[in-house]
Amino acid sequence: MTIIVLIKQVPDTETKVRITGDKKGIETNDIKWVINPYDEFAIEEGLKTKERLKEGTVTVVTVGPDRTVEALRTAVAMGADNAIHVKAEGTLDTYLVSKALAEVCKKENGQIIFTGKQAIDDDQAATFAYVAELLDYPSATVIVKCDISADKTKATLEQEADSGAKNIIETSLPAVIGVNKGINTPRYASLPGIMKAKKKEIKTYTLNDLGLGAETARAIDTDYQLPPERAAGKKLSGDIPTQVKELVRLLREEAKVI
Amino acid sequence: MGNVFLIAEQKDGNIKRVSLEILSELNRQGVTTTAVVPGFGDLAKVTESLVKHGAAKVVVLEHEVLNEYTTEAYAKALHTYLVGQNPSVIITGATSHGKDFLPRVAAKFGAGIAADCVSFQFSGERVSVRKPIYAGKCSKIVDFTTGPAVFSVRPNVLATQEANKSGTVEKVAANPGTVRAKVMSTVASQVKKVELTEADIIISGGRSLKSADNFKILNDCAATVGAAVGASRAAVDAGYAPHDMQVGQTGKTVSPKLYIACGISGAIQHLAGMRTSKVIVAINKDPEAPIFQKTDYGIVGDLFEVVPLLTEELKKLKSQS
Amino acid sequence: MLNFSLSDEQTALRDMVRKFVQQEIIPNAAKYDETGEFPREIINKAWEAGLMNINIPEKFGGMGLGVLSDVIINEEMGAGCLGITTSIAVNTLGLYPIILGGTDAQIEEFAVPFLSSPKLCSFCLTEPGAGSDAGSLSTMATEEGDHFILNGSKMWITNAGHADLFTVFCTTNKELKTKGIICLAVPANLPGISFGKHENKLGQRCSDTRAINFDNVKVPKKNLIGKIGEGFKIAMRTLDRTRTPIAAGAVGAARAAMTYSKNYAKERKQFGQPIANFQAIQFMLADMAVKIESARLLCYNSGWLIDNGQIEQGGYFSALAKRHAADMAMEVATDAVQIYGGYGYTKEYPVEKIMRDVKLVQIYEGTSQIQRIVIARHLLKD
Repeated sequence: MTIIVLIKQVPDTETKVRITGDKKGIETNDIKWVINPYDEFAIEEGLKTKERLKEGTVTVVTVGPDRTVEALRTAVAMGADNAIHVKAEGTLDTYLVSKALAEVCKKENGQIIFTGKQAIDDDQAATFAYVAELLDYPSATVIVKCDISADKTKATLEQEADSGAKNIIETSLPAVIGVNKGINTPRYASLPGIMKAKKKEIKTYTLNDLGLGAETARAIDTDYQLPPERAAGKKLSGDIPTQVKELVRLLREEAKVI
Repeated sequence: MGNVFLIAEQKDGNIKRVSLEILSELNRQGVTTTAVVPGFGDLAKVTESLVKHGAAKVVVLEHEVLNEYTTEAYAKALHTYLVGQNPSVIITGATSHGKDFLPRVAAKFGAGIAADCVSFQFSGERVSVRKPIYAGKCSKIVDFTTGPAVFSVRPNVLATQEANKSGTVEKVAANPGTVRAKVMSTVASQVKKVELTEADIIISGGRSLKSADNFKILNDCAATVGAAVGASRAAVDAGYAPHDMQVGQTGKTVSPKLYIACGISGAIQHLAGMRTSKVIVAINKDPEAPIFQKTDYGIVGDLFEVVPLLTEELKKLKSQS
Repeated sequence: MLNFSLSDEQTALRDMVRKFVQQEIIPNAAKYDETGEFPREIINKAWEAGLMNINIPEKFGGMGLGVLSDVIINEEMGAGCLGITTSIAVNTLGLYPIILGGTDAQIEEFAVPFLSSPKLCSFCLTEPGAGSDAGSLSTMATEEGDHFILNGSKMWITNAGHADLFTVFCTTNKELKTKGIICLAVPANLPGISFGKHENKLGQRCSDTRAINFDNVKVPKKNLIGKIGEGFKIAMRTLDRTRTPIAAGAVGAARAAMTYSKNYAKERKQFGQPIANFQAIQFMLADMAVKIESARLLCYNSGWLIDNGQIEQGGYFSALAKRHAADMAMEVATDAVQIYGGYGYTKEYPVEKIMRDVKLVQIYEGTSQIQRIVIARHLLKD
């Protein structure tokens, strides 16, 4: 049973975002690169699934430049059995990344594919479904519990719906599952794991190897901007009921926080 | 502008507000839009609303299977219809459903996709969108190259506006395909205390609350928007709130979208704990309170008068969307 | 060829420990300091993450890691809490005598079990009457048939109340001074072992520190590590390897103190501006940086030398590292409290604890005064 975990390397959440001169991206010099936090839950779920089923292998896959191999090694240090790097540079949008990941999933014959519900850099929350569609697999996201049936043909999932409700979803396998925080507590990459991961062979593909050599991104980024500076505060005026009504209106329409 | 399609969302025959928000903006930009509504049964209110807000054409994709939302049925039904329409732009609201099915539709078209955008701009045949990234620390514009431009728009950002136009409504039999992942049941939410450090909205009280019981006023307000309740050190020291509610240098550091400080003077130790909140509101009787130096919006008033009124207004707002 | 960068594994190790510290140690440090409660849960988690017993050789299934890795781990943990660090790291100290001086069979019997469960091992050298003068031990081991009969007391033993095994340094003949000292592996369940109370200390309060009393404890002769008369050398060889990681712990604690005070100075306003604008504060912070960076380099240098077989030079550098790291950490922590002013003097803020914790580093594993003697001796020989 092949369990695949799709991961992305992103800047650490504490990163101070600075925009490049050409406004086409953010400065990457001082960035601490980490595994997308939601993908850590996915790795853990992959490992737990293998432990629960008492069979199978966990393969982690990522698409990106050479520095992303470190993310794969950390996943191996956590316990993943295999790691695959799709080497790619330049603009990598959801379309291109999903195409590459889907090709790898086909090659590896993934039976259950875990990934984080979204990446914390571009906040697209789309890859899980894009990959699933390319593979013609069912998908579900914001999952906080995943139980595989004994015969491994289906999975029962708990999905966090709006206002705290939970949907119980049943899906056939193979499927792509987008996991949310709360599904598990990711284990630490153990020290022995880190030492072993250094020696692990990582399979590398180029986009060409996957038949995608001619492909390019279909959504291109420009004009990165910082949000406007916090303007000096307004003290509202009028009688109290008026002020409250005005506050709510401003919070909704101007500040857009409710 | 080519063929522009808005996938409108409805539930139980009621339109989701975000669909009208997007439609209104499309109208403001003079974009001829077809609204596509997957569903079943009496959708008259929905189609009427869409026409009222400027849809040149409304197409109901009708099938019994579409009565309940499923990812695959919606994606398949939409694609089957849209593929025959030569779409250049496909838009929907970035709701939990929208974010769920739209990538599948995009994948079927081999299209680029931008999710959770806060604005879009048409210019001739092309559209470009702006979306926040890095949890809102900055934003970027996304342009599309080949294939239809597919994007979702964040709810509560664009304003609704009725148009003075007419539009046609038609029904099309939908093809939902097979569904392999289905919601079998829904478990209602148990009242869960929102964790302070993870809350999007926090309402905090200071020593002016005068008692632990009075924190109920804040709890009620918080409940309307699913906010967490915090406290200043002074309130905690006075025994009005437990230590795990303390926001500040020696309590918890929080960074919510909205922080409402009620009866909190704004000593630096408290500010250190919530300084990075996106929007800060203060309610305080004392117009000279230091906290007003740090707020985006302030109300000089008695929190015992202001907060209950705020609760009422927020309740009203919630029932509108 | 000089190379100041960490390898990929060392970087991965440092990042992993930092994460562990962020999630497991920092949120709990104040609580354990206040109650003095033994941080058993955190020790277990550290064990599960593979952070303990790193010196057990690879051929026995261990990590076989050296001093430099130990330094990296200890600096990161020290930045979280020295008391918890000591509780976790002291196994390395306890097991080194067996690893350095024991036969393969003894390593198999006494050390390898630590790989399968989070057992604890305490290093027992110091006595009520033998601190800096570690050679003048009174704990007696008298030969009787197949056993040594152990009688005496040890003092200030870390994890004593929770250990499964003790490596005990004792003497067979006081007249022979250091040449009479032996090292015994003493399982904690042998009859005749009793403990004093958990000492109520100024700092590193959650670290379990007790006296141990040995009353006619029968220790099998096969538990003798090394030969009779070799014990003192085994102890010294052990301390040569643990002195530097201890120094690294102080570097971590000082680093944390500097980070806290730097951030506070940026926020605290007096006379209309952040106090970070005042030279008095800036000079304190600048001096902190010089001290921390130089102490770390001494630790790295010492670790590298020992790991590369240059034990004597490495030992010399470990004395430099310990003397500098301990003393500078005390200075840095004191200045941190000063920068915080009144608030720093209270337990609400984290710096007074660091000051209390690092004071011990100037005392244990060889006082700063003993380090100076060692350094001077090295300089003045030949």
